[in-house]
Amino acid sequence: MTIPVTVDWAAIIEDPRFKRLHSRKTRFLWGMMAVSVVYFLLLPIGAAYFQDVFKIKVWGVVNVGLLFALSEFVVTLGIAILYSRKASSDFDVVAAEICADFAKLVATPTGERRADRGVGV
Amino acid sequence: MTSQPKKWSAAAMFAVAALATKTACAQTGGDTDYRWLTFTVFAVIIVITMVVTYLAAKRVRSASDFYTAGGGVSGFQNGWAIAGDYLSAASFLGIAGLIALYGYDGFMYSVGFLVAYITVLLLIAEPCRNIGKYTLADILAYRNDPKKTRVVGALSVIAVSTFYLTAQMVGGGVLVKTLIGINYETSVACVGVLMLSYVLFGGMVATTWVQIIKAVLLVCASLLIVALVWAPYGFSLPAFLQDIVLDPRVQSRVASLLGDPAKNMTALELGQRFLEPGLYFKAPIDQISLGLALIFGTAGLPHILMRFFTVRTALQARRSVVWAMAIIGGFYLLTLFLGFGAAHDVGPANIAAVDAGGNMAAPLLAQFIGGGANSLFGNFMLAFVSAVAFATIVAVVAGLVLASASAIAHDLYVGVVRAGKPVTSQGQVRAARIATLIVGALSIAIGIGAKGQNVAVLVGLAFAVAASANFPCVLLTLYWKRCNTGGIVAGMLVGTVAAVGLTLVSPNLTYPKAVKAAAHKVLDAETTKRSAAAEALASADPGVVAKGKKDLAALDKAVAKAKADIDKWGDATTSFMGLEEPLIQMKNPGIFSIPLGFLAVLIGSLLFRDRRAEELWNEVYVRQNTGLLVSKSTAH
Repeated sequence: MTIPVTVDWAAIIEDPRFKRLHSRKTRFLWGMMAVSVVYFLLLPIGAAYFQDVFKIKVWGVVNVGLLFALSEFVVTLGIAILYSRKASSDFDVVAAEICADFAKLVATPTGERRADRGVGV
Repeated sequence: MTSQPKKWSAAAMFAVAALATKTACAQTGGDTDYRWLTFTVFAVIIVITMVVTYLAAKRVRSASDFYTAGGGVSGFQNGWAIAGDYLSAASFLGIAGLIALYGYDGFMYSVGFLVAYITVLLLIAEPCRNIGKYTLADILAYRNDPKKTRVVGALSVIAVSTFYLTAQMVGGGVLVKTLIGINYETSVACVGVLMLSYVLFGGMVATTWVQIIKAVLLVCASLLIVALVWAPYGFSLPAFLQDIVLDPRVQSRVASLLGDPAKNMTALELGQRFLEPGLYFKAPIDQISLGLALIFGTAGLPHILMRFFTVRTALQARRSVVWAMAIIGGFYLLTLFLGFGAAHDVGPANIAAVDAGGNMAAPLLAQFIGGGANSLFGNFMLAFVSAVAFATIVAVVAGLVLASASAIAHDLYVGVVRAGKPVTSQGQVRAARIATLIVGALSIAIGIGAKGQNVAVLVGLAFAVAASANFPCVLLTLYWKRCNTGGIVAGMLVGTVAAVGLTLVSPNLTYPKAVKAAAHKVLDAETTKRSAAAEALASADPGVVAKGKKDLAALDKAVAKAKADIDKWGDATTSFMGLEEPLIQMKNPGIFSIPLGFLAVLIGSLLFRDRRAEELWNEVYVRQNTGLLVSKSTAH
């Protein structure tokens, strides 16, 4: 068993970089979440209450409803790619900076202690 | 220790293959000429997975190897494995079938399965990787009372997995029976023993590879079929769909679904109606409720969450989800062509005749485009798709069994029963294997015991419980400072009880009174219908005579079923729950039970303050956002 080492978590929480990371991440994640849930729910709502719109043929026999269902795939995968890019070019970089600074203060890994604590100490 | 499991695994697998081949060879009738082909394809796929398991068994030494493949899976591999874990037979065969039988509405169903991964990607995957170790309850136990949260977490994991597992085992048994003609009990036993040998000997390493192989096969099979179906139209979407609209079999299917309103519609309007919503879903609120359970439930499915512990970093966890979404999304796009293609080439009536739920749409389409029932390539395609469906069931079941076994061995045994008395790594692996054996044996027993039951409701229930209990608890312990043990215990209990309770009083159960009333209605109308059919048979027009014969056969079938129903239910007037009729009219509880689950976590947390949980918040929040210390905690 390794010797437990304390990390000053409160200091990281108070770090202005972490605060900024936290607020930007929160806005981005929950914003995207809201967009995708609302867009998803538009499909059953449209199919139930706006059938006249969904039935309009726009591309041969292909109607608005089919195109809307296909657009769900595009929007969903679009959000996934957008988030993935944003996270690796932005969030990950800031998090790595914070980690590097604070990891210097951590001499011994506390992982084993952490793993054991869950098992009841 | 290592050589023994190897020998067992090899022996067990060959026994399964031998059993499957022997029982099947004993069967005759049907397309016996091509039976050897079916078995060759099945055998090849089974042998490949056996070799993988044999190699994997050597690598499973520690608990971390067994539960998470030692954290050595790459994001790309894990993406395929997630797709393999998620694309169950229900979504592969079921959705293609729904589209073939109901058109547009079937396709709408598949959208929710993809959107679900947005929740996983944005809110769940990375924090879980950073905080957890092997199981869902690890995340809950991090800053809450470990014993209490492990108990409720493990119970909920076992509940969700059991519902899902039962549906898969029963569905798998029926499917294997239909596909290769061996009896139901043997089918369930084959699925069970094969799955058990992967998990028992190869742990997460073998399970991951079986899931990857299955996902690759599934995508290849679907791509091949879609290419063959779509190519004649020059890969033009309108041209392909135009042909569906013009198809007389599709038109008559729509006419029979619509009933009276169809009488004033032209053939073209009927065909076009197949591409419009409303043939399957009748209650919008119920459908929204189902959608919510799908998009939040996926993030609470224990066998999916567990996959994020097999990669090392949050970045890899994110890559896994994006890959999984690309594969799953691409696959569901293909179902559009599989379903409509089957409706056009095989015909909805023919598909429904083999299986009322449409599950045989994709295999039958494969046989058709390969050249039909009497051609070598047609039967090869049928055998290939059947083998892929079989691999699908085995891979999904393996993931579920591993998730429940880890809840029993890691959370309940190591975390609660042996709390404070550290268990050696070898002891943990042994506990995991014993738990796997128990869960596996139980799943076979449940599968055989539930023969003939309508288990479709159980998949919905698994998602509903995952969305109403697991999801609120995991989400709030990760994102809400005040969340604590009281909230987790309350949320798990209320969410589970609400989802199960609402399902028990919903129209999903059988209500004998309604069944008998419907049966009597059929019998009352019998005389009128019989005389109408007799009139038709006497007609000079061969078309009318043919229709009369068909009507008569359908009538005989309906009458026989009605009589059987009346016999079966006898004097019973109430459902399993003692109700004469459903208390609520909704089939999907999500829209009520999800908010109730969240509310329970909120109220529970506020009622029982827990200083420790709040003190640990800083640590949880920093770690889930930065991944600080994560690489060290997974390296053993």
